[in-house]
Amino acid sequence: MGRRVLLIEDEPNIIEAISFILSKDGWTVHTHADGETAVDRVRDGAPDLVILDVMLPGRSGFDILRDLREGAEAAADLPILMLTARGQQRDRDMAEQLGATRFMTKPFSNSEVLETVRALAAP
Amino acid sequence: MPERQLTGTRLRNRRIDRGMKQSALAEAVGISPSYLNLIEHNRRRIGGKLLSDLARELAVDPEMLVEGTASAVRVPLQEAAAEFRSAAPEEDRLDELVARFPGWAALIGAQQDRIAQLEARVQRMTDRLTHDPQVASALHEVISTVTAIRSTASILNESEGLDRDWQARFHRNLDTDSLRLSESSQALMGYLDMNADAAAQVQSPLEIAEAEMAARGYAYPELEQGRASPEELSAELPDPRARQILRNWLTIFAEDARHLPAEAFSPAARRVGHDPLRLARLFEQPLDRIFRRLAALPEEDGHPVTGLAVCDQAGVVVFQKPVMEFHLPRSGAGCPFWPVFQALTQPGRPVRRRVGLPGSAGTVFDCAAVARDFGPPSFEGPTQVVATMLVRPASAETGETPGRVGPGCRVCPVEGCSARRQPSLLQEPG
Repeated sequence: MGRRVLLIEDEPNIIEAISFILSKDGWTVHTHADGETAVDRVRDGAPDLVILDVMLPGRSGFDILRDLREGAEAAADLPILMLTARGQQRDRDMAEQLGATRFMTKPFSNSEVLETVRALAAP
Repeated sequence: MPERQLTGTRLRNRRIDRGMKQSALAEAVGISPSYLNLIEHNRRRIGGKLLSDLARELAVDPEMLVEGTASAVRVPLQEAAAEFRSAAPEEDRLDELVARFPGWAALIGAQQDRIAQLEARVQRMTDRLTHDPQVASALHEVISTVTAIRSTASILNESEGLDRDWQARFHRNLDTDSLRLSESSQALMGYLDMNADAAAQVQSPLEIAEAEMAARGYAYPELEQGRASPEELSAELPDPRARQILRNWLTIFAEDARHLPAEAFSPAARRVGHDPLRLARLFEQPLDRIFRRLAALPEEDGHPVTGLAVCDQAGVVVFQKPVMEFHLPRSGAGCPFWPVFQALTQPGRPVRRRVGLPGSAGTVFDCAAVARDFGPPSFEGPTQVVATMLVRPASAETGETPGRVGPGCRVCPVEGCSARRQPSLLQEPG
């Protein structure tokens, strides 16, 4: 089984496309679409990398990121790639302050996602 | 609070002291009660003849009402000085300025107020673009869908030997996403350009006048029947510039009604299937007047839903009655393929075109437009050409293939358009 990526995203066709390209590259992709239960899912699933959308139903990706970095069982070293449809500087700053490993603005290219995932979760 | 706000309060107190009703005082000085109410709540400045008239009716010296006027003038000047220190205003000579040049002092104060209003307006618009949840949601929807389309299209293009099931699946996704993109871009466009509430927040005099006409459903039966004048019907608008614009349009509408009274025009329009050319021949009236009268026919009497747009020769839309998705941007940023703009290039020659908006709604409109000199004939100076366009929703299923028009470059998804002036928010910059 390949290294595990947890994709937290609520757009079904983005989920399908990213899952496809990462699976084809040898990653095991798990997906989760709900913001409220995302932190538990990360802790239970122990992925090697998380791809986290900012705008999710139930809870913002920034709040999830904060919990993952500062919560009781903080996943301090877990690589987290933030995805957002807003490329404003203040969103980048916030993602950086909260501890995102990388920040990527939609729309992105498949190769951009693939290369970033490879770079962040290299064995 | 600045002392200038006291005049209204003093006026109100004096009126109440004398047991006079607001409506009675307003009538006595020839203004609307709502305008007097604004004055009394210090939301409108007064001076000159109106102040004298009010003082006379309240049996008080005008000076008693405007005590502190000099201070009132000083406040906005001090504010202006504080904001523009780089201009090194001689603040120690402020009193001298006010005393020697009261008109200029008032002008600087008025400009300071205007700057504050414009800054507030810019802030509102900025807030709308950056914090408005509806815009954020619509943009998120558009960008998410574009992301899915881009990713899926790349997979189909780059993955050799993709099995048939996956191919079919991704093609289906492309289909649903492209439909979604059409809808979300229409929604975004609708919110940015066609939202009536948003339009109402922008307080240019033209928009205030249009909002007033829209609130009345563009119907003024009392004007048609000669029971009220344009002056009376526009008197309630507090903004004098908006009032002037409304009065001008109502004067045109009244003139139209005089030449084409509803009792003759309405049945004739039905008889000829609302054909503007036939009506123009029948009544021997110019086409633009026929267009305006057709747009004024009430839908509740079984007349077709009709929009109207009027623009000047600079392409600025000076009047419009929106219909369905038809709504031209205000600031000369409209799509040049709308027949109203094409009519401007050939004054006197009517243009008739069937056009369709892009997107899933794909609404088709039958448009007829004509431009003509609007001012009095003259050998002096430039002529004033105005174009008028009648707009009717049409069936997309029948008739000739519609020509393409857009909602304005900023939110137009049409690619490869020869008339594009600026990149669309809905496309990646090339």
